[in-house]
Amino acid sequence: MTKSIVICGVGGQGILVASDILSLAAMYSGFDAKKSEVHGMSQRGGDVISTVRYGEKVYSPLIGEGMADIILGFEKLEVLRNLSLLKPDGKVIVTDFRLDPLPVACGLDEYPDDVIGWIKKNVSDVHVVDAVKVAVELGNIRVTNVVMLGALSGHIPEIKKEAWEQAIRERVPQKYVDLNLTAFERGCNIS
Amino acid sequence: MKALLSGNEAVARGAWEGGVHVGCAYPGTPSTEIMEALSQYPEVYTEWSVNEKVSLEVASGASFAGARAMVAMKHVGLNVAADPLFSLSYIGATGGLVIVTCDDPGMHSSQNEQDNRHYARSAKVPLLEPSDSQEAKEFTRLAFEISEEFDTPVMVRLTTRISHSKSIVELGERKEVPVKEYVKDVKKRVILPAHARERHGFVEERMERLRKYAEEFPYNRIEEGDPELGIIADSVAYMYAKEVFPEASFLKLSMVWPFPRELVRRFASKVKKIIVVEENDPFIEEQVRLLGIEVTGKDKIPLVGELNPTRVAVCLGVKKEEELPKPELPHIPKRPPALCPGCPHTGVFNVIRKLKLIATGDIGCYTLGTLPPLNAMDTCVEMGASIGNAFGMQLVMKDDKLRKKVVAVIGDSTFFHSGITGLINLYYNRGITTVIILDNRTTAMTGHQDHPGTGKTAKGEKGREVDLVKLIKGIGIEHVYVVNPYDLKELTEVIKREIEREEPSVIIPRAPCVLLRRGEKFTPMRVIEDKCTGCRVCLKVGCPAISMRGDKARIDPFLCTGCTLCQQTCPFGAIEFVEEK
Repeated sequence: MTKSIVICGVGGQGILVASDILSLAAMYSGFDAKKSEVHGMSQRGGDVISTVRYGEKVYSPLIGEGMADIILGFEKLEVLRNLSLLKPDGKVIVTDFRLDPLPVACGLDEYPDDVIGWIKKNVSDVHVVDAVKVAVELGNIRVTNVVMLGALSGHIPEIKKEAWEQAIRERVPQKYVDLNLTAFERGCNIS
Repeated sequence: MKALLSGNEAVARGAWEGGVHVGCAYPGTPSTEIMEALSQYPEVYTEWSVNEKVSLEVASGASFAGARAMVAMKHVGLNVAADPLFSLSYIGATGGLVIVTCDDPGMHSSQNEQDNRHYARSAKVPLLEPSDSQEAKEFTRLAFEISEEFDTPVMVRLTTRISHSKSIVELGERKEVPVKEYVKDVKKRVILPAHARERHGFVEERMERLRKYAEEFPYNRIEEGDPELGIIADSVAYMYAKEVFPEASFLKLSMVWPFPRELVRRFASKVKKIIVVEENDPFIEEQVRLLGIEVTGKDKIPLVGELNPTRVAVCLGVKKEEELPKPELPHIPKRPPALCPGCPHTGVFNVIRKLKLIATGDIGCYTLGTLPPLNAMDTCVEMGASIGNAFGMQLVMKDDKLRKKVVAVIGDSTFFHSGITGLINLYYNRGITTVIILDNRTTAMTGHQDHPGTGKTAKGEKGREVDLVKLIKGIGIEHVYVVNPYDLKELTEVIKREIEREEPSVIIPRAPCVLLRRGEKFTPMRVIEDKCTGCRVCLKVGCPAISMRGDKARIDPFLCTGCTLCQQTCPFGAIEFVEEK
């Protein structure tokens, strides 16, 4: 069975790196893997989404409504935006973090209240993890993405521990490998 | 060895394995990473050309001289390169010549959804369409061989979902292909009418030979399944259809032009009903219909937008619209892309808005100046259009006050791409336009590629730098001013002065893209709460670092670069630098 995971958030949160690590880890665990992502205009501080799919044989890199097993959200509003992608029995892993879109920051629009509540209203299996706090504790908010991957890892045991480590070593700059491995470890224990 | 590669990286790998000698491109999403990846291979000469037309001219020159050459561009880039493309179809190729086009169904980063398969048909060249990264690599490598064997440029078409999806690729080694000796052949390469008439006959005969090749092309394959339903699909649409109809019979088309009609007839004879699944136009569907075969396609699958497996399933009745999840949601504010905190373009758009100018715009990050709260751009057509558009508007505006409100806004890389000719036209034809060249020292939107104004090459080596001011003065334009884009007073004064002039002038707000300064330590700004009246004027600057917290403005110290635009805008002197600890 092909597993489909959506990673969503805001440009600059390390979504593409996270989906690279997940795809590599799936490949190193012996699966066929595909991922899709967006670049360019759609990236400049806008919402970003990447889908990762792995299994014995994967055809489409992209998913549509009702196809995701898991949504991994780096910003809570973006989970709401992408909620229609989730299967009826799908799972949400989200960090309780708010980034105001520019129209909200300018007072032209409003950020909805109780976003986590809205997610829970629609999804029975919701895991709220404080990944941003952990990343800040580690001294670098930019590793939020890898903390989130750690939090995800417990939900997809078919991806092996060594595969995660190998993928992280391959994908992050040399001097940040240790920090990211620690971030991953902290994420594993969060869930 | 296996690697997880994007379609773009795989194209570069395929070209390298296929012995490519020369690669040329102008950056454009979703094609940019092809040349970035190819630049990593030391055996290959690569360049950022000034535009796609020049790219193809350089590459075809290399092909004339016996080398294997490749160009890569986004779909609309091929419009710029269409002129040489049509001639090169007649001229053919000596060293393999491959043209990669990356279409953008869904317009993730483009102004239209044009379907470049039509170019292959109208220019009469073969077209290969990979459906994943493995095929992207294989087809690019094969394209060089087809090019040399059939004396033709070969097009390889990717779409955003092929370019920017990653999948597993089996890597191969490079096959060194010697550069052939140059042989003069004017009947082939000088397309005088007399020569071209002969070459056209050759082209038609070549396409017939290529059609036979497409009939046997192993990647055009019939996958026998349930004979009740036959699906014909290309590119990533094949993957979506496989996902939705795992049991059906398939004809996977990988070489869609020249159209393998006998293969299609054979497939049609094996199945009861045929559906064509393709993105954009009914290109395959129309070809099938021409064969007199009954077919379903765009009557169910939309012409507009990108497909995905769910969309295919719903359009073709496998899933019902009502079965899709309909989460109960509050109003969700949009999150449009925005100019970055500290962007050198932001100040210019603030001045344009304040002076109520009419700004003809162009293609780049700065197109975002259109969006609220900046609302500072009136038009955007294609690369380089701003200057001609401004001149044309001024030509017919009778009201002198209104006429003098028109300015053209264009980026540095876009200016080199195709703004120069517009500027010469304007000067020659007695225009008075004020042209603002936003010089952020890079091609920013596509991820920071160099260009003639930076003087660095695609390989990161030192090239020659074109001096923008000298270039413009060389045209004959006397009023050329380089200004500091972070100084609103200076910007306002210069723009106000120049728009009044009965002569053309060029203003160059120059500062490097803030993303190029990532290593720098910035001193952020802060709001002095006692002085802030909550008037929200600073929010109009359009900086993502500023927001309201309660009834006071707040500056995010992690995002702020200390550019001072908000400080210059605040009427109450309520913004200052955070004190250094």
